[in-house]
Amino acid sequence: MPDANQAAIHGGAHVTPAHDHAHGAHHNPNLQHHFNDMAQQQEASTLGMWVFLVTEIMFFGGMFWCYILYRYWYPEGFAAASHHLDLFWGGLNTVILIVSSLTMALAVRAAQLGNRRGQIINLILTMIFGAAFLGIKAIEYAGKFRDNIVPGRHFVWHEADPTGAQAFYSIYFALTGMHAIHMIVGLGIMSVILFMAWRGRFNASYYTPVEISGLYWHFVDIVWIFLFPLLYLLGRHG
Amino acid sequence: MGQTLPLFPEAASTLAGNVDALYFFLLAVSAFFAVLIAVLVIVFAVKFRRRSPDEVGAPITGSLALELLWTIIPLIITLVMFVWGAWVFLDLARPPRGSMEIFVVGKQWMWKAQHPGGQREINELHVPVGRNVRLTIGSEDVIHSYYIPAFRQKIDAVPGKLTTMWFNATKPGEYRLFCAEYCGTKHSGMIGRIVAMAPDDFEQWLAGGAGATPVAGGEKLFADLACNTCHKTDSGGRGPVLNGVAGNPVQLIDGSTVVADDNYLRESIMNPQAKIVAGYQPLMPTFQGLVNEEGLLQLIAYIKSLPAAPAAPAAGGSGQ
Amino acid sequence: MTTNYLNATHGLASWLLTKDHKRIAILYLISITLFFGLGGLFAGLVRLELLTPQSDLLQPETYNKMFTLHGVVMVFFFLVPSIPAVLGNWLLPVMIGAKDLAFPRINLLSWYLYMIGGLMTLAAIISGGVDTGWTFYPPYSTVSPTHVVMAGLGVFVAGFSSILTGLNFIVTVHRMRAPGLTWFRLPLFVWSHYATSLIMILGTPVIAITIVLLALERGLGLGIFDPARGGDPVLFQHLFWFYSHPAVYIMILPAMGVVSELVAAFSRKNVFGYSFVAFSSLGIAVLGFLVWGHHLFVSSQSAYMGMVFSVLSMLVAIPSAVKVFNWTATLYKGSISWDAPMLYAIGFIGLFTIGGLTGIFLASMGLDIHVHDTYFVVAHFHYVMVGGAIFGYLGGLHYWWPKMTGKMYNEGWARVSAVVIFVGFNLTFFPQFVVGYLGMPRRYAMYPPEFQVLNVMSTAGATVLGIGYALPLCYFIYSLVKGPVASANPWGAKGLEWTIPSPPPTENFLVTPIVTEPAYNYNPGREVEVA
Repeated sequence: MPDANQAAIHGGAHVTPAHDHAHGAHHNPNLQHHFNDMAQQQEASTLGMWVFLVTEIMFFGGMFWCYILYRYWYPEGFAAASHHLDLFWGGLNTVILIVSSLTMALAVRAAQLGNRRGQIINLILTMIFGAAFLGIKAIEYAGKFRDNIVPGRHFVWHEADPTGAQAFYSIYFALTGMHAIHMIVGLGIMSVILFMAWRGRFNASYYTPVEISGLYWHFVDIVWIFLFPLLYLLGRHG
Repeated sequence: MGQTLPLFPEAASTLAGNVDALYFFLLAVSAFFAVLIAVLVIVFAVKFRRRSPDEVGAPITGSLALELLWTIIPLIITLVMFVWGAWVFLDLARPPRGSMEIFVVGKQWMWKAQHPGGQREINELHVPVGRNVRLTIGSEDVIHSYYIPAFRQKIDAVPGKLTTMWFNATKPGEYRLFCAEYCGTKHSGMIGRIVAMAPDDFEQWLAGGAGATPVAGGEKLFADLACNTCHKTDSGGRGPVLNGVAGNPVQLIDGSTVVADDNYLRESIMNPQAKIVAGYQPLMPTFQGLVNEEGLLQLIAYIKSLPAAPAAPAAGGSGQ
Repeated sequence: MTTNYLNATHGLASWLLTKDHKRIAILYLISITLFFGLGGLFAGLVRLELLTPQSDLLQPETYNKMFTLHGVVMVFFFLVPSIPAVLGNWLLPVMIGAKDLAFPRINLLSWYLYMIGGLMTLAAIISGGVDTGWTFYPPYSTVSPTHVVMAGLGVFVAGFSSILTGLNFIVTVHRMRAPGLTWFRLPLFVWSHYATSLIMILGTPVIAITIVLLALERGLGLGIFDPARGGDPVLFQHLFWFYSHPAVYIMILPAMGVVSELVAAFSRKNVFGYSFVAFSSLGIAVLGFLVWGHHLFVSSQSAYMGMVFSVLSMLVAIPSAVKVFNWTATLYKGSISWDAPMLYAIGFIGLFTIGGLTGIFLASMGLDIHVHDTYFVVAHFHYVMVGGAIFGYLGGLHYWWPKMTGKMYNEGWARVSAVVIFVGFNLTFFPQFVVGYLGMPRRYAMYPPEFQVLNVMSTAGATVLGIGYALPLCYFIYSLVKGPVASANPWGAKGLEWTIPSPPPTENFLVTPIVTEPAYNYNPGREVEVA
């Protein structure tokens, strides 16, 4: 995300004062003054996003650590609680996210080719899929509240191992809640990128913001690819 | 207790000397290196002080031999420290068999203890000199830590599990008892004393305050909570026979085996579905909220007191 | 007067909206000084209360809030950002010959996040405080009636400031180095900040999620750490220390980088064993992630897990020792001046040695049972945090002050204050080793009378220390008004930062430097290896 916003605000009108070194005959208007050339700027932005995603892995890693520990402690409760999750909605959401990754990748491709229409269509599709995912998540959450299987004082459980089941739902809400927040942030980023694409800001020599936003979007999808089997498919073998 | 400016704590348990010996070893090594560095730094800083404004230092980039020297020597020394420290730790952490067992429960902000003979005390603990004493410690609310500086012993009291500590007092006297893990407003008031007594005096003290023993209390709870409707002394019950379970391996429904230690027994009462014994249905309800930490310790004491039943081997679980 | 980064533009907005890493560093300098004052005030109240065994000045409720706030403010709002956000921010781009950090806007965002986090914590303080200790251990932190969530979220937000600073540094070091500036020509300050940044980006997210889970537990009733709902309070300690132990190295590694610079500059010599010092920083950063369990030796952790953590903790002593020995060897045959920054560096070497060695006492399992959660631990980490991190910070601030402000401070007063701080510090914290081994637990508002004499010594030392801290504040401010103008290189030191004017122009380098020699090259063409 870093450079997405920066470039947006700099605008094409930014003029760098007296460059001391020659770097090609023409200045790209998207080059910020503290970088030597576009290649350096793009490498920095991409590396920045990768480093950011590493911190995201650690962020989710803390919760996965809790998951692993409690699943080991409460195998029965986890299996029973997992059976209460709706495989249909979870599976549909998985498909939706995978498709949204495809449209995101197409949007990046369109930006690289300087195809404005392609960017806009694919970004809008990506956002629609993202919103659909969140809608389905809301339906699922509502079901949990209806069935009183939200951890806390009103938690009701009549099957095996209520303690373990409550631990499962604690982790379920923490993990999927954090994932949903990341989806919402992703939709915010997409709105900015869509606006920039609308203004025709991206072309073959400058498409870094689309590319690194895509990295973020794919990362959030991949987190779900881990969440789905760990939460929904647990203990359903055979 | 009571000196104006003590510089070293009293040592009053069999293992305190081991801890102090390790401490002095570390202190000696640390003092040697701290003094070495300080002397070198000061000598160099004086001897090689700048004599003219444009002077520069000698062109020395480094020395592999020296780097290896001051990597390997500290490595060897720290490994010695590790082994010695682990040695002392294992002695401190593992109670010997046959120790006298006292139950302790921490709660905001007091320590409650119950002796095998039923004597109860708060913020005090009377123990005999010359006997191995094992404390089984639980907590009713937040994390506390049972700390007896004179014995160089400490263990956290963690809600949701049981921990153990042991010692063997060497000198009659009174020693400080502290809560070492911050536990809220009156943390610094959660203190007390350990009274180590000659064996005869201790017997006399015990005789003064006998009440219902933990085993008797546990037996009563076992009946009041209707545990005995399922856990019978023959294999006809819906739950496993408990005679002879404590301390022995139990085979579970998933094929694995666990040793039925205090924490296993505790979990089986509070969260019975977590580990199901092979050959039984997961029928038992949780007793969380129905029995407090002291009651739990009494139930465990009772289960541990049950004689191994000759009729039904508790573990092994085939064809039950 | 020539145009420089301080007078290039005027007005409050030109500071609050600046993207210049040097101005952002000044913003941090001012804000962390305020937080340091606040944390110091809390420490002063703690020490005053401990003059007597009874709780007479403060009630236990208040005392508990005071030590909690002292810890929270000092750790998260002073020590973690101190050297990286002030000196690192100012110097890192300059030392590598760049015009700015890779992401100037994100750099400014970091400062705002830091301030928002700080204000949230201040709000928690003003609305009644928080009393869980800076470690926020549940279940106490889930039942404490104080403002745990507000303070925790303040730390959470400040954590993102730290993450973004680390991210910025890493990308900058990788992508923005001047031509010819290879990794092994980098000043050791840059190496140590690189290692620090790795910890910031890998560790901080874990404490962030831990605090979120704790807040969810308090707010929504999730049960991740609550034993009554299937959770495990000890798991919190694992997650907490997974960050907070490496966080200790976030605080000390930058100080080590500063000391490497100081020792080289004031001996006019290249740092002995450059590559060993550089790699020991990375070694500390990596090992630092594998030792968190030494905080849990008495928490019912299994003995075998404890042994693994114990031996790994011991190993951290090796790269630390390597650094100390190399700094000492650097002095050999140097041209040593006794200027104030060097006094801090020498103080650092001595105090960090004591702090590091006493760390081995705590890593040794058999001994830790006795001293865990006593004043021995308090003394140990203050030797590392104050004797180490703050000495490094003050030494660096004195060294680079002429470069940052263009003014010289009063050298005589600076030497006096270095000595006063050194004496006050030792008087405050050395008695705590003794009272700790005697068995005095930490976080006690009241204590048995036999501990009083040592506590009175400690409080007396804290008074001296407080005076020592006040002195630099006075002569630094005075230097801004009346101090003599500093030359571009007042110390005769090597390094790209000394090749540009004091204070430098906004873009740092009018001509991008081309680097052709290693760092600290005081004897061009005459490097020899001793046998």
